[in-house]
Amino acid sequence: MSLALRLRGVTFGYGHAAPVLRNVDLDVQQGEFVAIAGPNGGGKTTLVRLIVGLEHPTSGRVELDVDNVGYLPQRAQAGIDAPLTVRELVTAGRASRTRLIGPLGAADREAVRAAVDRVGLAPQADRRLSTLSGGQQQRAFIAKALAGEPELLVLDEPTTGVDVEAQEAIAELLQQLRSELAMTILYVSHEFGAVEEFVKRIVLVRGEIVFDGPPSALPGVWHDPSHTHA
Amino acid sequence: MLDLEFMRLAFGAGIVVGLLAPAVGFFLVQRRLSLVGDGVGHVAFAGVALGYLLNLPLVLTALVVSVIGGLSIEWIRARRRNAGDQALALIFYTGIAGGVVLVSAAGALNVNLFQFLFGSILTVTRSDLAVIAALGAGALVVITMLYRPLVAVVVDEEGARVAGLPVGALNSLTVVLAAVTIALSMRVVGILLIAALMVLPVIAASRIAWSMRSTILLGMAIGLGSVLAGITIAYYADLPPGGTTVLVAAATVLLAESWSAVRG
Repeated sequence: MSLALRLRGVTFGYGHAAPVLRNVDLDVQQGEFVAIAGPNGGGKTTLVRLIVGLEHPTSGRVELDVDNVGYLPQRAQAGIDAPLTVRELVTAGRASRTRLIGPLGAADREAVRAAVDRVGLAPQADRRLSTLSGGQQQRAFIAKALAGEPELLVLDEPTTGVDVEAQEAIAELLQQLRSELAMTILYVSHEFGAVEEFVKRIVLVRGEIVFDGPPSALPGVWHDPSHTHA
Repeated sequence: MLDLEFMRLAFGAGIVVGLLAPAVGFFLVQRRLSLVGDGVGHVAFAGVALGYLLNLPLVLTALVVSVIGGLSIEWIRARRRNAGDQALALIFYTGIAGGVVLVSAAGALNVNLFQFLFGSILTVTRSDLAVIAALGAGALVVITMLYRPLVAVVVDEEGARVAGLPVGALNSLTVVLAAVTIALSMRVVGILLIAALMVLPVIAASRIAWSMRSTILLGMAIGLGSVLAGITIAYYADLPPGGTTVLVAAATVLLAESWSAVRG
């Protein structure tokens, strides 16, 4: 199995402040489902922003061996005030795969439809995003990330602010993506109960990687990964 | 009214600007950069003044200076997060102050600058209309061709960056389109009021539209309707066309807000 991403000696700080992340080494194989957990402020979001290229390390290297990355940011919301339908949102996620100029082709329209279908929002495709529940909106954003047919899917706190039922639906969807599409998935959460049962690897981040292994090997004191004790 | 050639030319110029201004304004409003139009408008004033000083076509100098000003705003905004308003303030005041100094240096402080500040659509000539139509059509073609990537950036700029879209180039293109719109709209509503025509129809449309695409198309329809109604009302009531057009656009916002409130 080949590597999807490799981090070596990655250190990062904002401006002149103390580094948020120090000397991070991380390998993720293609097709792996990795949960990234840790306390708030521990550097989880910074780590994935470095991985997707939105930040650049102060020192060290981030290497990706994938062509397409799908990214769901924390508290995802559309950056516009105008009405936006689910289909329009998901179509925006297809822009990476289409030529820059001209209308959407038939294959691209089909990819958008498939992404909407996969998250179970086909009946709501032409509804305004703002009329959907929090869980449905989150699924629409996941569909947007899927529309580019990514090899690596990075989800930052995808279940924040949604109810338990929606959390379970999102977890089930991610399991399908992994098993049916063999997609590499990084799932960031300060609590990961919904995916714990099928995730095989957890990376705990507290300024550095303090644990990297299967959930069964997690030391007892870290079973609540949001804890702040050493 | 249409028997008069100057009115036909005025309506021709108004149609182009009425359609183009909201189409460009949509991308500014959605990126919460509504005041960029104002900032670039003030820079255009410096461009007009430079035209007087160098004895060059005023639309040309306004266009060049507006594009430079718009790109400067975008350059500062992109490099200093959350500094969009500071970038605007810098360009805004530099533009207006530079304009005053340049007009004074050209010995043209007593020329009728009002026609550029508040528009003079009734003095549009055939050659003016040809320039406005060519630039306006070109800008609308660019928006149509690059609609999808432009939308991808306004919907989710970071997502577009991760997906590998040329976000910096697309953002720069948006301010260049704004600069072109302002330069060719100087004669229609003036550089102090053009930003209103870029923003108000989009705000009105977003209150009553059902999708993003319908917001843009309704915004263009409202912009067009505002210009046509504004010119007509101004003709019969002997009012300034630029100001009347913007007041009509403002009224559409109030109507759309009311309709939206009633609809619930």
